[in-house]
Amino acid sequence: MAVINKEVVIVGGGPAGLAAAVQLRNKGINDIVILEREKQLGGILRQCIHDGFGLTRFKQTLSGPEYSARFIDQVAAMNIEYITDTTVIDITPGKKVIAVSKAGLLEYQAKAVVLAMGCRERTRGAIGIPGTRPAGIYNAGVAQAYINLHNTMVGKEAVILGSGDIGMIMARRMTLEGARVKAVFELQPYPSGLPRNIEQCLNDYGIPLHVSHTITNIKGHSRLEGVTVSQVDENLKPIPGTEKDYACDTLILSVGLIPENELSLACGVELDERTKGAVVDENYQTTVPGVFAAGNVLQVHDLVDFVSLEAEALADSVVEYITAGRLPGCGIRITTDAAVSHTIPQQISGGKDVKISLRVRKPLKNCVIDVLQGETVIKTIKLKKAIPAEMIQFKLEQAALKSTDTIKVVVK
Amino acid sequence: MKKEYTCIICPNGCELEAEIEGTEIIAIEGAACSKGTDYVRQELVDPQRNIATSVLVANGDIPLVSVRLSNPIPKAEIFAVVNEIKKVKLTAPVMLGQVIIKNVLGLNADVIATKQVGVKRVS
Repeated sequence: MAVINKEVVIVGGGPAGLAAAVQLRNKGINDIVILEREKQLGGILRQCIHDGFGLTRFKQTLSGPEYSARFIDQVAAMNIEYITDTTVIDITPGKKVIAVSKAGLLEYQAKAVVLAMGCRERTRGAIGIPGTRPAGIYNAGVAQAYINLHNTMVGKEAVILGSGDIGMIMARRMTLEGARVKAVFELQPYPSGLPRNIEQCLNDYGIPLHVSHTITNIKGHSRLEGVTVSQVDENLKPIPGTEKDYACDTLILSVGLIPENELSLACGVELDERTKGAVVDENYQTTVPGVFAAGNVLQVHDLVDFVSLEAEALADSVVEYITAGRLPGCGIRITTDAAVSHTIPQQISGGKDVKISLRVRKPLKNCVIDVLQGETVIKTIKLKKAIPAEMIQFKLEQAALKSTDTIKVVVK
Repeated sequence: MKKEYTCIICPNGCELEAEIEGTEIIAIEGAACSKGTDYVRQELVDPQRNIATSVLVANGDIPLVSVRLSNPIPKAEIFAVVNEIKKVKLTAPVMLGQVIIKNVLGLNADVIATKQVGVKRVS
């Protein structure tokens, strides 16, 4: 098998991979290939036909396909090479990328690899719902693909578990397609999706949202016949005696997204227990030099606009890496307290301003984010509200740093 | 009368608290930008929404083309518009931005394609 040399191999042709490719080309890197598993570029945006994308990025509200088309058109106009119907099966620490295509096995030797594989949905098995295993149980994104890409309706009477954005968007979508969505149940005592989606996807259509509830039984043999729902206590344990039955032929699960990391692991990339994505420095470089990660494979975003911006920042670093052969060391660690679920990046150099992304664990009002080195507060950000559904981003100026001591981000 | 709203104009989803008399806003709190006031005013008089759905495409490389409205329409007309869109059948190719229904039900909004659908290749 002849090895194909490339400056940059991008794994994934969704919003992160496309934005990285365009920015790399803008910065003068010509020798790029995007490898995409599906038949078309665009990633998950192909099936996200609702509007509301692009407000930050393009100052107008677009559907998912329109948003991705803006990048796909640029990729085409710039003659950036991409291969669809091609699945990457291995990435080595030496930056060899092996892919299976219709033309057979492909082996690339890259100077830099961009991980842009997105994320996958948490499943019924992962959250351990008891009961039988009938047909009619779908992850929200799978139901979205059936309805919006394959012209297949998933059911008539639905119950939704989890108040993630995709689940709420599917509640509206199924209602428009003539199904009856009886209710959305959320384990946590607060919704996990964006407030605007509760309003325009549930409230607009009279679909009730019950927090502190979970499914404790699934009934039906060949097809789902109903679910049992229970209230949960403050430890998220079902409260006996609160069971209520809902007849339905469809259960939609919207219970979280997890970065798609099989290839990162194979490559030896260190993962963060909290984000489930790669540990990266301020250059979006993973613990394997020359291997970079951005988008939902790094951290699950609430808005695609931020995915594009992150991938473009990554591309800037890739250019620097290819030009200089290496990037400055990033010896300053960033840690968090229990109120913060994680930060990206986890390590910085202290040599430049950096953008920090984080999420809070619980909804907070009138809260303060403090950035500390030792006991010294080096930056403070005041927020009217912070909710787990929304990613928070702020700039940490190099000038604010007092030393090379570990940085701690706390919220109170 | 005090009323609470969640603004849907942008992903911030500002929680608004408005003091309202009839259809007039006396005071409003919680909005991060001026769009919040506009949103509440519209909600009071005539709530508007955009919708997205899809249309069947014959002979296309994919079976459906996604569509949305060029402008929001009154919330009460959503299902009437969806039913109108369901009557349409297209034949490939369909271009992104192509007007599928002009001025649907006279609501000053066009139904437009949000995806390109090419002609199915015969292999």
